[in-house]
Amino acid sequence: MAATAGGVKAAPAEVAPRVEARGVGLRAGLVTVVFLVAALAIGLAVGPVHVGLGSILRSALSYVPFLHVHQPLGAVDHAVVWQLRAPRVALAALVGGMLAVAGASYQGVFRNPLCDPYLLGVAGGAGLGATLAIVYASAAATGSTWTVPLAAFAGAIAAVVVTYALGRSVGAAHMTGALVLAGVTMATFTAALQTFVQQQHTQQLQNVYSWLLGGFSTATWHDVAICAPYIAASSLVLVLHRRVLDVLSLGDDEAASLGIDVGRARLAIVVAATLGTAAAVSVSGLIAFVGIIVPHTIRLLVSTSYRAVVPLSLLAGAGFLVLTDVVARTVLSPAELPIGVVTAFLGAPFFAIVLRTSRGLR
Amino acid sequence: MHRISIAVVAALVAALVLVSLSAAAQRSGRATHRYHRIISLSPTVTEDLFAIGAGKQVVAVDDQSNYPKRAPRTNLSGYTPNKEAIAKYHPDLVLISYDPGNFASQLRQLGIKVVFVKAADNLKQAYGEILALGRLTGHLHGARAVVHSMRTHLAAIVASVPQTRRHLRVYHELDPTYYSATSSTFIGSVYKLFGFRDIADAAGGTGGGYPQLSGEYIVAKNPQIIVLADTRCCGQTYSSVSSRPGWSTISAVQHHRVFGANDDVASRWGPRIVQFARSVARIAKQG
Repeated sequence: MAATAGGVKAAPAEVAPRVEARGVGLRAGLVTVVFLVAALAIGLAVGPVHVGLGSILRSALSYVPFLHVHQPLGAVDHAVVWQLRAPRVALAALVGGMLAVAGASYQGVFRNPLCDPYLLGVAGGAGLGATLAIVYASAAATGSTWTVPLAAFAGAIAAVVVTYALGRSVGAAHMTGALVLAGVTMATFTAALQTFVQQQHTQQLQNVYSWLLGGFSTATWHDVAICAPYIAASSLVLVLHRRVLDVLSLGDDEAASLGIDVGRARLAIVVAATLGTAAAVSVSGLIAFVGIIVPHTIRLLVSTSYRAVVPLSLLAGAGFLVLTDVVARTVLSPAELPIGVVTAFLGAPFFAIVLRTSRGLR
Repeated sequence: MHRISIAVVAALVAALVLVSLSAAAQRSGRATHRYHRIISLSPTVTEDLFAIGAGKQVVAVDDQSNYPKRAPRTNLSGYTPNKEAIAKYHPDLVLISYDPGNFASQLRQLGIKVVFVKAADNLKQAYGEILALGRLTGHLHGARAVVHSMRTHLAAIVASVPQTRRHLRVYHELDPTYYSATSSTFIGSVYKLFGFRDIADAAGGTGGGYPQLSGEYIVAKNPQIIVLADTRCCGQTYSSVSSRPGWSTISAVQHHRVFGANDDVASRWGPRIVQFARSVARIAKQG
């Protein structure tokens, strides 16, 4: 980190993004929107139960008043499409968008291309919270749709607060490096606690694992409703900070000389990215790699400016995770494949390619 | 010379007879007392041992062995076994169903007999294990009686379900994320006994007989019986299942054919499977 910060002043390539930064180009924006819409349509149309896209569309239109379109779906198909598949698609879109935009923002704030949304201990904290709830909450409470998401959310926030306090105690001069190290420390510590609790209650092993693996197999509109407000607010804050991220990527001193309150800007971005990630994780479990591969794809294909990377990551991340979830529910149909397997299986080779071609990338 | 050789042969024959007699005695009589300090690290084996009458020889059982109540439950773990903690009980026989990190061979190096009792895939294997435990502990009679009782009761329970209810589609739920069990598992073999069609079978070999099913597949497949093996772990009940989005269209929900099983009984392969089958039969017959 220190080396990167030190090298910033001398390296003209680092300044290049500002020169080329013109925000989201019309073409790139349009392509991404089309990608997202296509992903949503595929997500709604493809699954273990075959329902034609035409009848799904007519079914959607039947809800529009004054059109008088006849509802073409039977009770079962209707339940499959609108109560099981649609919330799954919506949740995957929200979570994918959030993880990608949070990953992009963390990468900007910490000036480290390997940062992911779980950097500050969100994953470990959420995992610990969820495990504690699964193991210690009464059966009735565990059966409730609130207990585990709330515990995961609380665990994630608590872990990040401790990480931030720990990182801050080092002093502002080395803040970003210290925060990353504090995050690694916190992640390791919470993982140890989580494993300990889980091993003490082996009868709940299956539940803990299936939460940790993550996924949308049991997504409901209720899940969508509890995470949507956080994700919407966080994404909005991050998109509004896209220019600040461009300036921050030049280095703290440069950003300060350009009139930015570096400490406050960084805190706002970290808080927004963390809250949104915690909300996403609490309803979907731990889904790796989305936060790394989506922003890097945008950087490779469109622009390294955060004015493009942030909003396009939001849209592309949503589309990517919807498509990943389609693979997860169809490739072994009627069995499910854990979505983490799919994201990592597609993500790892992809990331290898990004690494090979990323000279000069940030 | 001749006499001497006759005497030697006679002595040899006598010795042979004696040896074989005592060996036979060991097989039948003394074998009963061969293992008095048994440790079971498998809840199913614990249930088997107490059912066949070997309970008095058991000195310790693992932390998951919660049945029968009189079993000497300890904090020994079958998942993360600690060989020193086990050795402290001075066992002469340790029974396990899970062998992480070659732990059995390490125990054997301490001079302790270890027998691996694998998770049964069907009733036949479960019966075989009960008989083997009977032989090992000197309670073969008890074991035969248990197996006989299980066979006859199960046959009667299956016969009590009318032919028209023998081909119901069943969904067996292991947790609220729709992990299920196929016919190739022990619990699946119980459903097969009734003639039920297990909806998880379409997922074939994925997940080693325990696939995670898609919610939309379950709803579309419309199971006529739902068995919840996640009542204790995860608080699932008829009402929580019927309030899942889309599940109200399922036949089993509409006809109240949802059985909240005891998770433990449904996940073990011991004698209590008879009670489980009886409850399943009752659910199949109603409505």
